[in-house]
Amino acid sequence: MPATAATAATALPADPMVPVPYRITRVARELSDTFTVDLVPARGKAPFRFAPGQFNMLYVYGVGEVPISISGDPADGARVRHTIRAVGTVTDALRRLKKGAMVGLRGPFGTPWPLDLTEGCDVLIIGGGVGLAPLRPAIYEVLNNRDRYGKVCLFYGARTPDDILFRGELEKWRGRFDMFVDVTVDRATGRWAGPVGVVTQLIRRGGFDAYHACALVCGPEVMMRFAVPTLNEIGVANDRIFVSMERNMKCAVGFCGHCQFGGAFVCKDGPVFRYDTISKLFNVREL
Amino acid sequence: MVKTGGMYDLLAEHPFFAGMDKGRMEVVAGCAMNERFEAGQYIFHEGESADKFYLVRHGMVALEFHVPGREQTVLDTVHKGEIFGWSWMVSPYTWSFDARAVELCRLVSLDAKCLRGKFDADNSLGYDLLRRFIPVMAERLSAARMQMIDMYGQPPDRK
Ligand SMILES: Cc1cc2nc3c(=O)[nH]c(=O)nc-3n(C[C@H](O)[C@H](O)[C@H](O)COP(=O)(O)OP(=O)(O)OC[C@H]3O[C@@H](n4cnc5c(N)ncnc54)[C@H](O)[C@@H]3O)c2cc1C
Ligand code: FES
Repeated sequence: MPATAATAATALPADPMVPVPYRITRVARELSDTFTVDLVPARGKAPFRFAPGQFNMLYVYGVGEVPISISGDPADGARVRHTIRAVGTVTDALRRLKKGAMVGLRGPFGTPWPLDLTEGCDVLIIGGGVGLAPLRPAIYEVLNNRDRYGKVCLFYGARTPDDILFRGELEKWRGRFDMFVDVTVDRATGRWAGPVGVVTQLIRRGGFDAYHACALVCGPEVMMRFAVPTLNEIGVANDRIFVSMERNMKCAVGFCGHCQFGGAFVCKDGPVFRYDTISKLFNVREL
Repeated sequence: MVKTGGMYDLLAEHPFFAGMDKGRMEVVAGCAMNERFEAGQYIFHEGESADKFYLVRHGMVALEFHVPGREQTVLDTVHKGEIFGWSWMVSPYTWSFDARAVELCRLVSLDAKCLRGKFDADNSLGYDLLRRFIPVMAERLSAARMQMIDMYGQPPDRK
């Protein structure tokens, strides 16, 4: 396979086990439990290169380390952007950090969204909840190189209208003539004038060429479990569906086995998997 | 003879009737009516007699549930190419939710009493229609389950 920007960016950092100090330069609240942080290296100014879909291990000193996908624009080497939902010990500690605070960062790690393979195809981007964050760099990349792709459709599902992530950007993307964006929520009151229902229903309504489409899917695992059969039903085969998986991680480089998923390690063989390579594992409980 | 040409064409365009035998569709078209609802207008209310079902040709319909003391809750929305309303098939034949046009909606309604009469005369027509309804009902049920499990919610110990 020829070396592309994506494969070059996926090379492991010099010492992948040593966290590098990064300073928080901006904190933005996105939702009641979700926030975005911008990070710059505390020393030196080497641009940070990553491929859409990759993640970093963020270390809060004295608390612990968590894998978090990069949510910024891959064309922006000046800062590293992460969008984080506070769900427990480390993510709560990250939420308490203010501008100027330091964190340790290891990365980038993992496999990217296959944006070189999807060139020439209609691209379906299907996200749920905070799962839009790992997809956002792919959206930037596709829009930065818009002429390389066919139709671009973004289907996004959230819990309620108040839980819609990146709302401003969704509205901006929706206003473009070269992208189709549809957003649904699980529950709403009469003030919401958009669709209500699950994201799989949006997929059925999208007008795209299913036989020449590739799908990038990220969200709660249960959402992905329902999205894949819907995609299959309308004609998108498993070898053109890519999903981003989450498992608990420690080393992030394939040493410790913490993130094992069947025969694969999510940190090294994933997080982005072509669905046909993991389909047998997907419905196995306790994996 | 009732002229059903226009209605026939509208039914033939709708995915719900895709592949239906021409003769059968002509019979069904005899029970169909074109309807238009402005944004905000209610199509029916909970508790009213369910004597129709609807095909959406254009627009978006919100299916709502009213809980006293709370704002209307939208349970689902129905869009172009989809159908809603199966209370006409199930006793006591009353609507169990409200339906509201979110935007200008063009619908085709099918009269339940008229359809039942046609089914009595031709059971296979009833079977054909039921076979079309069941997948839609199954899909809605599965979607409702997904909505119920609150998949985007916080982990259980944080709620
Ligand atoms: C490759 C990868 C990329 C990720 N990208 C992001 C991202 O961009 N943004 C983001 O917010 N999170 C992301 N996550 C999830 C994030 O790593 C976890 O939420 C985090 O590890 C939780 O750690 P904690 O110490 O805060 O919570 P803990 O104290 O470990 O757990 C608290 C509670 O949260 C639950 N929990 C743990 N992990 C998750 C999870 N992934 N989803 C839902 N509930 C969970 C636990 O079951 C427990 O009930 C990613 C995970 C992986 C593997
Ligand atoms: S986290 Fe150690 S092997 Fe994946």
